[in-house]
Amino acid sequence: MKKRVFVTLKPGVLDPQGRTVHHALDGLGFDGVEDVRIGRLVELELADGVSDEKVAEMCEKLLANTVIENYRIEDAG
Amino acid sequence: MNTAVVTFPGSNCDRDMMVAIAEVFGKQPVQVWHRDTALPDRVDFIALPGGFSYGDYLRSGAMAANSPIMQSVKRRAERGVPVLGVCNGFQVLTEAGLLPGALMRNASQNFICRTVALKVENDRSLFTSGYAAGQTIDIPVAHHDGNYFADDETLDMLEGEGRVAFRYVENCNGSQRDIAGVLNAEGNVLGMMPHPERAVEQAHGGTDGLALFENAIKTLVSA
Repeated sequence: MKKRVFVTLKPGVLDPQGRTVHHALDGLGFDGVEDVRIGRLVELELADGVSDEKVAEMCEKLLANTVIENYRIEDAG
Repeated sequence: MNTAVVTFPGSNCDRDMMVAIAEVFGKQPVQVWHRDTALPDRVDFIALPGGFSYGDYLRSGAMAANSPIMQSVKRRAERGVPVLGVCNGFQVLTEAGLLPGALMRNASQNFICRTVALKVENDRSLFTSGYAAGQTIDIPVAHHDGNYFADDETLDMLEGEGRVAFRYVENCNGSQRDIAGVLNAEGNVLGMMPHPERAVEQAHGGTDGLALFENAIKTLVSA
């Protein structure tokens, strides 16, 4: 069983990396990019029966820093 | 007076910290390894040094905060043992929940390595009472992730409770409210991005970090 965890910066938290990449995209001539936020994707290969609650616990304890980040768990087949 | 310096894989300021502590405390600190599950029975002062523990994997300090020795550090901190976290040590303390907030990538995206001026805000903790509030001291910084973030409510609380230990005179990394170092509610845990252990000898270019260590030992001896 595979799960994907998306870790993203909370709205309102300044993202220096995103801002720099945004600037670089502008420099490359890509118009119309209004904002860039950079996050992290964690793919977990799990034994059957590991609950989403357990995965949420992993996020709370380690995968995300909930002071600055949100997380979202998705099934990945 | 017994002291301990925790070394994680990737720590690189542990020796500087040990030299500074040995010089001021007059006794060699015990070097504790991340896999150790316990600190020595009697430890009066614990330091978490700078560096890039676990290669900064996931987030700076995140892996170290969950290492076996940190459980022991947390328990000692809760019992009131002074804990000083410098640079990566500060990141570890926030990740471990011993201090509020988080340290993000510098706003400039650049690694900063230079001496900066700090304003002493709190002169009442055992780490900072050797300084005077409002005093300016020069301490080196060397970091990529020193941009202190906390929500407004937390920042207001830190300021209201006098828990901002140091501020940058000129903000070098984007930190909220110029914060360079914060204390826990009890005042026995200090995290700071600048390196006081790199400013204890004239050969370092300045000795403004000395008072932090000297005052800690003075307070501990008189306690």
